[in-house]
Amino acid sequence: MKAMNRRKFLKGSLLGGAAASVIGKSRDAGASASFGGYPEAMGVLVDLTRCVGCRSCEAACNKEQGLPAPAQSFDDLSVLDHKRRTSEGAYTVVNRYEIPGQDHPLFRKIQCNHCNEPACLTSCFVKAYTKTPEGAVIYDPTVCVGCRTCMVACPFYVPAYSYSSVLNPVIKKCIFCYDTRLKFGRPPACVEACPREVLSFGRRQDLIKLGHQRINNSPDLYEDHIYGENEVGGTSWMYLSSAPFDQVGFDTDLGTQPILSYVKEFLTVVPMVLTIWPALFAGFHLLATRKDAQKKEEKTEKS
Amino acid sequence: MERIPKHLLSTVMAMLLCFSLYTTIAQAGDGPDEVIIDSLAQLYEPVLFDHALHEEITESNCAICHHHTLGTEIDDENCMRCHAGSGASDEVSCQGCHSSKRFEAEYLNRIDADNTLYHRDKVGLKAAYHIRCMNCHEQMDAPNGCQDCHARTDAGNKFFHAGSYAPPESDLPASGGH
Repeated sequence: MKAMNRRKFLKGSLLGGAAASVIGKSRDAGASASFGGYPEAMGVLVDLTRCVGCRSCEAACNKEQGLPAPAQSFDDLSVLDHKRRTSEGAYTVVNRYEIPGQDHPLFRKIQCNHCNEPACLTSCFVKAYTKTPEGAVIYDPTVCVGCRTCMVACPFYVPAYSYSSVLNPVIKKCIFCYDTRLKFGRPPACVEACPREVLSFGRRQDLIKLGHQRINNSPDLYEDHIYGENEVGGTSWMYLSSAPFDQVGFDTDLGTQPILSYVKEFLTVVPMVLTIWPALFAGFHLLATRKDAQKKEEKTEKS
Repeated sequence: MERIPKHLLSTVMAMLLCFSLYTTIAQAGDGPDEVIIDSLAQLYEPVLFDHALHEEITESNCAICHHHTLGTEIDDENCMRCHAGSGASDEVSCQGCHSSKRFEAEYLNRIDADNTLYHRDKVGLKAAYHIRCMNCHEQMDAPNGCQDCHARTDAGNKFFHAGSYAPPESDLPASGGH
């Protein structure tokens, strides 16, 4: 039997290590590409054909989350005359859309869509955000430093900022009533308040089936698409509509890739740049200037 | 499996037959004149539903609200596939079928466990009322605002920041900025 010498052993272990790292890497890449969210994640299917814009969901959210009193009553429907966005005082708002060719407007409730792979979470450098197995995207305001990167990262323009707070401004957004309800298997306050079941709460996987069933049963009523089933890698909150989605204020150009996938490769390079580059370029610099240094030395010796 | 005694089986069959005969002849006018809908009353006062008036308006076509449960003939082809001959059922009230806890875990789990169930997307009680009532009221040009049917309670005013809980008049536009 041949004895294994030192050189062979090193060669073998290097090759093995390299192979293992390649396999490991490709396995990781495969896993991250196929992550479609937690299997037991809950969600809400919003059926725009049922909404009459009563704003009960807004009132329920205000009460549940202990938000400041609104500037106008929640039964004041004049606020629907202009388009609103979520804010530090309102984690959900309803907007009205006049649809050309339809005699009825459509109403669309906006809140955090609770992405399967949230861009806000990826962008947050203090890791304030968490995607829970129940489906909620929650955040820890005590670690939030107020950089507002998540506001830029969110494809739905959802996170708001407490500009009114002088001493400790933080991010504010819908948390799917995680602390008070979702954690205990209960639907969020807005779902419970909705009089016409515009909002259906359930397992995300079941809601997708349910949405397609509604479309199949009434193909003339619905657009053949569930917004959020695949958009930006899928969201926990999804929408059905009787009008093309771009006519009710949805961005239909977001694609189906999670925002994360656009920056993943760049982000993996960042630590490498920060650790290897300084040493590498310092080395280059020393090599490049060595001759000069030698010449200088020679000169000084001559003189 | 144990065999069921023949006489017991025939008795049950006879009882079922009698019952279905009895219920299929239930007609408009047999229903209550008024129904107080209060199972959900918290933010709003109970609704006094004039059943007799609605029988008149629908020309005693019970199926408009009660689907097939009164044994009335139905014309939705999709429903007919199973319910053409199912006759009247023993439960005809809305809350007999439409759950008031539609999205509680217990209900969701029950649906999940039953993979033979067709009516998986059956709306809850509150939505059954509102969708049925409001869609028809809209078509018939009948009153359709929240408080046209049920007056708000004090808790309701507090919830909506309305009435005595309304915010003071302000020239500022509603908050909407980012």
